[in-house]
Amino acid sequence: MNTNKLLITAFATTILATSSALAARTDIDIGVVLEPPHLDPTAGAAAAIDEIVYANVFEGLTRIGPDGSVQAGLAESWTISADGLTYTFNLRDGAIFHDGSALDAGDVVFSLDRARGEESTNAQKGLFDAIESVEAVNDDTVVVTLSRAQGSFLYNMGWGDAIIVAPESAEGNKENPIGTGPFRFTNWTKGSSVQLDVFDGYWGNKPALETVTFRFIPDAAAATSALLAGDVQAFPNLPAPESIPIFDADPRFTVVIGSTEGETILSTNNGKPPFDNVLVRRAMAHAIDRQAIIDGAMFGLGTPIGSHFAPHHPAYVELVEIYPYDPEKAKSLLAEAGFAEGITGTLKLPPPSYARRGGEIIASQLREVGIDMEIIPVEWGQWLDQVFKAKDYDLTIVSHTEPNDIGIYARDDYYFDYANPVFNDVIAELDRSADEDRRYELFRAAQEILTEDAVNGFLFQLAKNGVWDTKLQGMWENSPIQANDVTGVSWTE
Amino acid sequence: MFAYVVRRLATVLTTMLAASLIVFAVLQIVPGDPARLMLGINATQDAVDNLREQLNLDDPLHVRYLTWLVDMVRGDFGNSYTYSVPVRELVAERIIVSVPLALLALTLSTIVAIPVGIFTASRHGTATDTATMAATQFGIAIPNFWFALLLVYVFAITLRWVPAGGFPGWHEGLWPALQSLLLPAIALALPQAAILSRITRSALLETLHEDYIRTARAKGLPARRVLWHHALRNAMIPVLTIMGLQFAFLLAGTIIIENVFYLPGLGRLVFQAIQQLDLIVVQSVVTLLVAAVIAVNFLVDLAYAWADPRLRSRTR
Repeated sequence: MNTNKLLITAFATTILATSSALAARTDIDIGVVLEPPHLDPTAGAAAAIDEIVYANVFEGLTRIGPDGSVQAGLAESWTISADGLTYTFNLRDGAIFHDGSALDAGDVVFSLDRARGEESTNAQKGLFDAIESVEAVNDDTVVVTLSRAQGSFLYNMGWGDAIIVAPESAEGNKENPIGTGPFRFTNWTKGSSVQLDVFDGYWGNKPALETVTFRFIPDAAAATSALLAGDVQAFPNLPAPESIPIFDADPRFTVVIGSTEGETILSTNNGKPPFDNVLVRRAMAHAIDRQAIIDGAMFGLGTPIGSHFAPHHPAYVELVEIYPYDPEKAKSLLAEAGFAEGITGTLKLPPPSYARRGGEIIASQLREVGIDMEIIPVEWGQWLDQVFKAKDYDLTIVSHTEPNDIGIYARDDYYFDYANPVFNDVIAELDRSADEDRRYELFRAAQEILTEDAVNGFLFQLAKNGVWDTKLQGMWENSPIQANDVTGVSWTE
Repeated sequence: MFAYVVRRLATVLTTMLAASLIVFAVLQIVPGDPARLMLGINATQDAVDNLREQLNLDDPLHVRYLTWLVDMVRGDFGNSYTYSVPVRELVAERIIVSVPLALLALTLSTIVAIPVGIFTASRHGTATDTATMAATQFGIAIPNFWFALLLVYVFAITLRWVPAGGFPGWHEGLWPALQSLLLPAIALALPQAAILSRITRSALLETLHEDYIRTARAKGLPARRVLWHHALRNAMIPVLTIMGLQFAFLLAGTIIIENVFYLPGLGRLVFQAIQQLDLIVVQSVVTLLVAAVIAVNFLVDLAYAWADPRLRSRTR
């Protein structure tokens, strides 16, 4: 090799080295706990599906923003008729699916009809209840007619279960999801990772990241190691609250404790004596020390709640102090209810640690006031059969993770077995109202009724333990919807 | 020999059939509705019923068992409820992780254990022997997931020589794939090596007390030649048996190590499938693992017959 060549090579190497040092990184590995069963959000309830594809691969007519608000999605704009029954959506220009076919009104009609149809296995079929018909006016305009006004309709259309798919690819979405989002699906190594790559034909702003790899790490210790070793650069919800202090102390990482939509509650069988007695339920509410449960079971991470509502929601009412921790008060309420000698029953605990660890603490707190609950650990399958389906339980602990799900208390025959006509009226009006102020009023009223009736033991809102590389920006702090929207994430250097 | 093989084969088939029946029956009494589990507690009953129909969950039990059995004999393991892909594909994806991992762990454990066993047997009763045996006791006692975490801490977090876990896939090249299997293989190999070295040592010691060894010594053969040539070959039979058992264990019983290193192996597939009530995956994979264990045992049996002529004549 002559000197010239050597010089050129050296020069080129220097340039390469410099340019790669200057250009910001465009790839990211994100740790998630659960592997999704498949990647089609319209065919399963698993949050793990939305945590990968929502907003990244698939889009709906609307989308939910980081603050929980409704934003424009594939519908660029919309108009609502005065009676609240007719929604006219104008679709984005230039939106195309990852297989190259253009998005048109027909795809929207297909997607919504498929989700609400007779054969549908959509896990949130209820979202589409109010729809009477969906029609394409022209290629870019869709008219949705409702059978009744529904205040949450635009919000509902932002759920992962309401994403827009194409008739040609809908059946294959489980294994090869084809959406309209800024990232397209590239590869799924089962049991290991899913890779997404930037989609050049995206209608909107190109994201800063080019390659996003979601890695499935179910084990708490493994998740901690993976972050420390640099195998993943972000864990939007680290399953190891005990490791948070390690990352807090390490300048390479940012720790952001946010909020989720997971109301963790001591579900109570309102249809079964003695728990059908509101005095007994209020006594239990006074017997529970929420902070002790959060400290003992969740390493201090979690926000106490006084009703079935997320504290980050603008319509949240602070109701925690309605039933302060007061064992004496609890005992006197029990005596008043005629159970001075105490109560016995069962507490069925599903596998998550909030239930298993929290259950031990709750059982001991209840025992203090004379409520002796036998702890029965159950698997999810048993829980669904015994608790959820057969209502064969006294108390159980579970986190209700769907956003804005206070309406479940108005359902007939739901597993709480709670029925209050006044509450049902509030929810019915909420369902009809589109006016935001009125809706917030109704949300507040609903929370207060549930607290008044002490339907369940309202414990705490599950925290979102976000840990990521300090050089990352744009990660969501809270999860108003179960998703890891990385469209706005970038590296700062 | 032929009659022996035929008889063994008949036993194998009966065992397989019985195992498949037990696996199927046990899964039918597992509580929980797979369709409800997949759609969650917010889903309407309507949607759940539709899914049950799609999954053929409403067919009578014996129809479902026979369909599954006949399909399996034809090589069709059915479709996973949750993944909606053929079980065969799922298993194939996991086997390319689990089998190399098992082989690597077995190789590591063997190349450590056999020499250690021979070395300690040849120095029976010395301080070296006692110290080494104490060390193997330690190797058996250490929980392998704890040892795994220790390895991760040293080699992945501190030294950053290897990733802390995960599996890049063989398409990324031999070295990256082997790199990610190395720590789990070491963690798995440690207790196996400890057990195997003790087995080797005691088998060898026992053989060394046999009459023919005394004869060989009396004949004037040097100790080294007696050990390597006469004793070792005979002592290998129990060692090979244990290795066969260990391989079967490594294939299916590595779930904890797979979790610590988040490796996509067979153990985690079964574990996930049980959690998600993906019955078809559980019953098919468990049946396959039963088949694998039976096959290994069958081969060991054949090896016995081949090694020990007395066994062959007795079965006649």
